[in-house]
Amino acid sequence: MNPSSYVVLSALLFSIGAIGVLVRRNAIVVFMSVELMLNAANLAFVSFARMNGNLDGQVVAFFVMVVAAAEVVVGLAIIVTIFRTRRSASIDEPNLLKY
Amino acid sequence: MTELMPAEGVFSLIWLLIALPLAGAAVLLVGGRRTNAWGPLLGVLTVSASAVLGIVMLLQMMQNSPEQRTFDQTLFSWVFVGGFQADMAFQLDQLSMVFVLLITIVGALIHVYSLGYMSHDRDKRKFFGYLNLFVAAMLILVLANNYLLLYVGWEGVGLASYLLIGFWQHKPSAAAAAKKAFVINRIGDVGMSLAIMLMFVTFGTVSFQGVFGVADQASEGTLNAIGLLLLLAACGKSAQFPLQAWLLDAMEGPTPVSALIHAATMVTAGVYLIARSNAIFDVATVAATTVVVVGVVTVFIGAIIGSAKDDIKKSLAGSTMSQIGYMIAAAGLGPIGYVFAIFHLLTHGVFKAGLFLGAGSVMHGMNDNVDMRRYGALRKVMIVTYVTFAAGWLSIMGIPPFSGFFSKDEIIHAAFEQSVLTGVLLIIGAGVTGFYMTRMFIMTFLGKARWEDDVHPHESPKVMTVPLVLLAIGSLFLGMALLYWGNIETWLEPVVGYEAGESPISTTASIALSLLAVGLGVLVAYLMYQRRAVPIEAPHGSWLTRAARNELYGNEVNDVLVVQPTYYTSRWLVWFDNKGVDGFVNGSAAFVGGLSGRMRRYQTGFARSYALSMVGGAVLVVLALVLVRAS
Repeated sequence: MNPSSYVVLSALLFSIGAIGVLVRRNAIVVFMSVELMLNAANLAFVSFARMNGNLDGQVVAFFVMVVAAAEVVVGLAIIVTIFRTRRSASIDEPNLLKY
Repeated sequence: MTELMPAEGVFSLIWLLIALPLAGAAVLLVGGRRTNAWGPLLGVLTVSASAVLGIVMLLQMMQNSPEQRTFDQTLFSWVFVGGFQADMAFQLDQLSMVFVLLITIVGALIHVYSLGYMSHDRDKRKFFGYLNLFVAAMLILVLANNYLLLYVGWEGVGLASYLLIGFWQHKPSAAAAAKKAFVINRIGDVGMSLAIMLMFVTFGTVSFQGVFGVADQASEGTLNAIGLLLLLAACGKSAQFPLQAWLLDAMEGPTPVSALIHAATMVTAGVYLIARSNAIFDVATVAATTVVVVGVVTVFIGAIIGSAKDDIKKSLAGSTMSQIGYMIAAAGLGPIGYVFAIFHLLTHGVFKAGLFLGAGSVMHGMNDNVDMRRYGALRKVMIVTYVTFAAGWLSIMGIPPFSGFFSKDEIIHAAFEQSVLTGVLLIIGAGVTGFYMTRMFIMTFLGKARWEDDVHPHESPKVMTVPLVLLAIGSLFLGMALLYWGNIETWLEPVVGYEAGESPISTTASIALSLLAVGLGVLVAYLMYQRRAVPIEAPHGSWLTRAARNELYGNEVNDVLVVQPTYYTSRWLVWFDNKGVDGFVNGSAAFVGGLSGRMRRYQTGFARSYALSMVGGAVLVVLALVLVRAS
């Protein structure tokens, strides 16, 4: 199979994720879209590792996974806290931190 | 050549001459009200102790041979930067010696007199503190062995005079007079500091020994520049043309201060500076000639102002200006004149102190009125003041055998040796002196009483009359004593140099001429003020009288030449500062502020719009990368 197809898939997944972040209001869905973007990046890393014949990209993919796990912990904690005070998971409502 | 003697024996106490009055000033000014009771007495004691110490040193100095009379005492290294060195070091030689004696003895008499004159003043203690500071600063000035330390004393004198002229600061006129004196002195001080810098650049040192040793090796242009700058300094301190305007206003201070400024300290500093820098002026001929011109011009300015003023103190101030003009002119004559400049300074110091203290005594009895048109016939009620003032009057006019006769006559004679014109002008000046002093004397003590109704003139207390008597005795005998017994020429010759020149007219002729001129002046004054009644309201007078009453428009000239341009320059600078400098700074701040005001609108609080910005930014970066790669 041509490795470049994986890169194209990765680009598609990344775009879907980005659009999801921009258009969805539910914080959980936005979060999932972010995860999608991260995993698209991982897929690109792994494909490039394969194309170049070394393991650097795969190592970075592991790092990304660890960071993503940590991010999920922090992010979900924030979302839960917001939900507790506002009874809503909308990303547009908490907008007090502004000019 | 004079030897530099180490300061041993009594001369190891040179520093104490200064330290005593300085300590007195410190105790009185720092001690505050606690010293009110005994402070004034302490002030008198410190200066008197310095005077006694000075006399002891004089007696000791006379034991040494003329070449071994310069004593040098280095206390510590004061400024030591790179090639520049100035020590806290004092030099006592024949010139400093006579100044020390004049300052401390006349100063002590004025202190004693002030005990009486200021007895009712609330701030008596502060007054004595300032007086002590004045004496200490003047002693530093005459005892320094380098120009930088001299400058310290020079500024100290300026400060003390400021404090004392403005002593009655609740009077706006006194506060203004003090500021005026300080500011005009500052113009002279600029000359002084520039002269010191120029000396350091030229000679690499500022000590007297160092500068005078190599003075004749510098180019004449440089020396002339140094000389003219020193003359500017002397003009400021000694109230010489064109910086003379402060002296008349300085009369706002208490009368003992005027006596101190005019007799023992302050105005003599300029003469001292020129006599001390004789090695420079001997070579700098242009500067020396300018000194003579300034002196002669001031002789007339002072005399004309003195002739028209009805305020007894201002009239005396005019006479001081005129007499200092004689000294400055004599000092400009070169080696034939320095000695007589100092000689006249000493005799003038004594008789002018007597005249001022006498004027103070008159004012004391006349409810502090200074208008001579409201005096008259005071000889009956103030017999001691009358007699002592008469001694000063005869002395300043140069009537033999009073001391002013000897010193003024020597100056006129020396002037003839230099140029006939200077001599003739100085003789005319002597005639005017005779006029204004006789006018003052007649208006104050003779004629009919023109007192205000509620005035009851009375003689001053003993504490004031005793100094008057002592100073009158000085005015009578000091001239003779210094000339015949003290041999002032040979005494000062090792320091300032002396050579007798050829005179186109004989000594007898010049004496006769000057006495004739004085006699004419006295006669005119007698006819105008004794034979005719003195009106209480000042008559309109001729244009010259009116000009002289206005101090020859000196203030107006200053106003047009200096004050107004400075004022407008300041106004323009304020405008430039407000609009230009502040405008730029405030403008850039306003620009950044306004920009921030716009920019912060993008901080909407919507997380998704931030995300859009990030995506947009990332896309732009990628596009840029692609474009760069492609090109």
